[in-house]
Amino acid sequence: MTRDGTELPRPVVALAGNPNTGKSTLFNALTGLKQHTGNWPGKTVACARGWYRYNGQTVTLVDLPGTYSLLSDSPEERITRDFLCFGRPDATVVVVDATCLERNLNLIFQIMEVNTRVVACLNLMDEARRRGIRIDVPALARELGVPVVPAAARRGEGLTLLKETLHRVIEGRIHPAPRPVSYDPELEAAVAELAADLAVLSREGLNPRWVALCLIAGDESIIPKIRTFCNGKETQGDTHVRNRVTP
Amino acid sequence: MSEIGLPLDLHFVLSRARKCGERLGGDVHDRIAAAVYKRAEMLAARVVQTPSERAGEWDARLDDIFTSRALGYPIMLLLLGMVFWLTLAGANVPSELLAAVFLDVEGRLTAFCAAHAVPPVVHGILVEGVYRTVTWVVAVMLPPMAIFFPLFTLLEDLGYLPRVAFNLDRFFKAAGAHGKQALTMGMGLGCNAAGVVACRIIESPRERLVATLTNVFTPCNGRFPTLLLLASLLTGGSGPAAAAVVAGVVLLGVAATWTVSFVLTRSCLRGLPSSFALELPPYRPPQWGRVIVRAACDRTLVVLRRAVTVAAPAGAAVWLVANTHWGGVSLLGHLAGVLDPLGRAIGLDGFIVAAFLLGLPANEIVFPILLMGYLATGSMVEIGLGDLRTLLLSRGWNGLTALNMMVFSVLHFPCATTLLTILKETGSCRWTVLAAAIPTLVATSVCFATTQVARALNP
Amino acid sequence: MTLFGLHELPVGCTGEVVAVRATGPTRRRLLDLGLVPGTRVKAVRKSAAGDPVAFRIRGALVALRREEGSTVLVRPISMPGGDR
Repeated sequence: MTRDGTELPRPVVALAGNPNTGKSTLFNALTGLKQHTGNWPGKTVACARGWYRYNGQTVTLVDLPGTYSLLSDSPEERITRDFLCFGRPDATVVVVDATCLERNLNLIFQIMEVNTRVVACLNLMDEARRRGIRIDVPALARELGVPVVPAAARRGEGLTLLKETLHRVIEGRIHPAPRPVSYDPELEAAVAELAADLAVLSREGLNPRWVALCLIAGDESIIPKIRTFCNGKETQGDTHVRNRVTP
Repeated sequence: MSEIGLPLDLHFVLSRARKCGERLGGDVHDRIAAAVYKRAEMLAARVVQTPSERAGEWDARLDDIFTSRALGYPIMLLLLGMVFWLTLAGANVPSELLAAVFLDVEGRLTAFCAAHAVPPVVHGILVEGVYRTVTWVVAVMLPPMAIFFPLFTLLEDLGYLPRVAFNLDRFFKAAGAHGKQALTMGMGLGCNAAGVVACRIIESPRERLVATLTNVFTPCNGRFPTLLLLASLLTGGSGPAAAAVVAGVVLLGVAATWTVSFVLTRSCLRGLPSSFALELPPYRPPQWGRVIVRAACDRTLVVLRRAVTVAAPAGAAVWLVANTHWGGVSLLGHLAGVLDPLGRAIGLDGFIVAAFLLGLPANEIVFPILLMGYLATGSMVEIGLGDLRTLLLSRGWNGLTALNMMVFSVLHFPCATTLLTILKETGSCRWTVLAAAIPTLVATSVCFATTQVARALNP
Repeated sequence: MTLFGLHELPVGCTGEVVAVRATGPTRRRLLDLGLVPGTRVKAVRKSAAGDPVAFRIRGALVALRREEGSTVLVRPISMPGGDR
């Protein structure tokens, strides 16, 4: 089935964000009614899938459950994390509440650790304007290192720009260069060390730094996933032998 | 690593990760959160300009009203009452219209079968069984759900529902539950399967399970017609007295929810992790169009589809049970005979218990099955209130029977659709079995108790 | 310097987080909300029943129960003012 997104028609765009950021509104605005809600195999939480056409390309959009973090241990967060980490989306939109940016940055920084092809969608701009909140969008994009698209999904504002930006990211014409958070030196050193080992061990597509961070943080629920990634389509022994020779 | 000849495998890396975590003092999450929020704070300070005067003042003013000590609860009850009244009042006309259309089509189908010499058994199963059950369920369920779900979604969209959870949390906390359970119960008024799905909004595992297991104590749309009918039979009309009786049994359901939650969180759910944080998002003007589409697609149609897929085979099965005779009595009659002692003990009778059991697929068909049993007609029927009263009295009913049937209806096991949903949501047979066993036990004990008390007072 | 639990912060007052004492999932949840040392938190309103209390944390309004609030130690820094 579509557990890791690899069998979804490409290109696949993942939609992530905190709860209450108008993520579903954006999803509905982008896909119209071309969607179906399906339960994920063995999971408790619904993930809606939909699609839209832009510039001759049909893009599959996956609406992930709203989460505040990727490091906590709720079913929603596990699904979101697993999809971003192992589903290998062609691009990830992080929907951010413009009225409450600081709080929403937590998730975007974490997602930027997992994926590089990230686009931030600064939603609820209409509400921010109404409250007199002003955001320097170019500066935000510079600081994050990823494209930032201001939008008001309820009014349909910013949708075309978002589709265009995604199109360019998917086509490889824009290369987001996320600038994730650097942790304290001790933690950074531990992460780097472990990431090097993981890079040796796994085949392409696994983000060693992020997995290392999860493991050091004691998140054991990721282990079965890594195991499949390390063995993947090859037979077990095969991988180990090949990996030991590669470095 | 590989240079020193160690086999580099996952176990090795994992144990190393564990050691790293220990070396860092086990507060890795703190370090990550501190670093991320420090950067977020700096970044926000650089790119965001917030006005010193708070412009969204009306948000705070609305909250002053909705969460105030004096007005918070009355407003909540008023809104709930309004949603309810709109649903019941608004659903009557379309329900009757649908029933009339379905009846008309049934007449044509029967005529068609007669004209083409379709065997009576086939006609019986397909038309009197499947068709009649499915259309009954649709006519009873569709209009109230098509009104209730959009209204509820509207309150959700507005941002009001989290305030309900905020105000009621203390009450739920005393039972070891979560304030958001108030919302899943509200959803359960529409449909328990939808209520169980809504339990996803509760992040904490323990409280989510409590809400899932107790949702059935909130009577759904499928049970309300039965409750209303019995209440008007009991009080001799559909005036305020009947409304008070219905309100009373709904409150009984709330009491059962509270008590069972209390017991569960202190017994088998004790060890599960629990935490509470409830975000109160800003109020937002609702998007009327989207609300109606979303409520219609996501909730009404999904629930309806599930109900119909369950009701169709059930219709065929019930028809067969009622029409297969053995020793001059239908299987339904035999079943009722076997269940009669149990039914008598809890103030009901064998036919009522049999109707509840056969009505497992959908609560709407419980009363029709009961009438089918009493009248021995072999297919589901509906008759007028006056005739109904005479029929039930001739079957030995009294006030206690009606009251017990209402109590049993509110407290008994969930319908098949809800049970399947619970299985899907919890992914556990154990919890699904408990979700059926607990209400059955509660309903049986309460009915048994009322019966014993009534008999002791009134020998 | 006197430290209070977050639940003791009077409505309208702001405090600065000094430490979080919770453990397990609750601790993670509180960290995710942005309750790290140095964070300013304002008690905004009580529910109709008196508990939980809604706090303004990094721009979001989040209700916490007494049980969670008491694990967050704060240093009061300002007395009643506007809701921001």
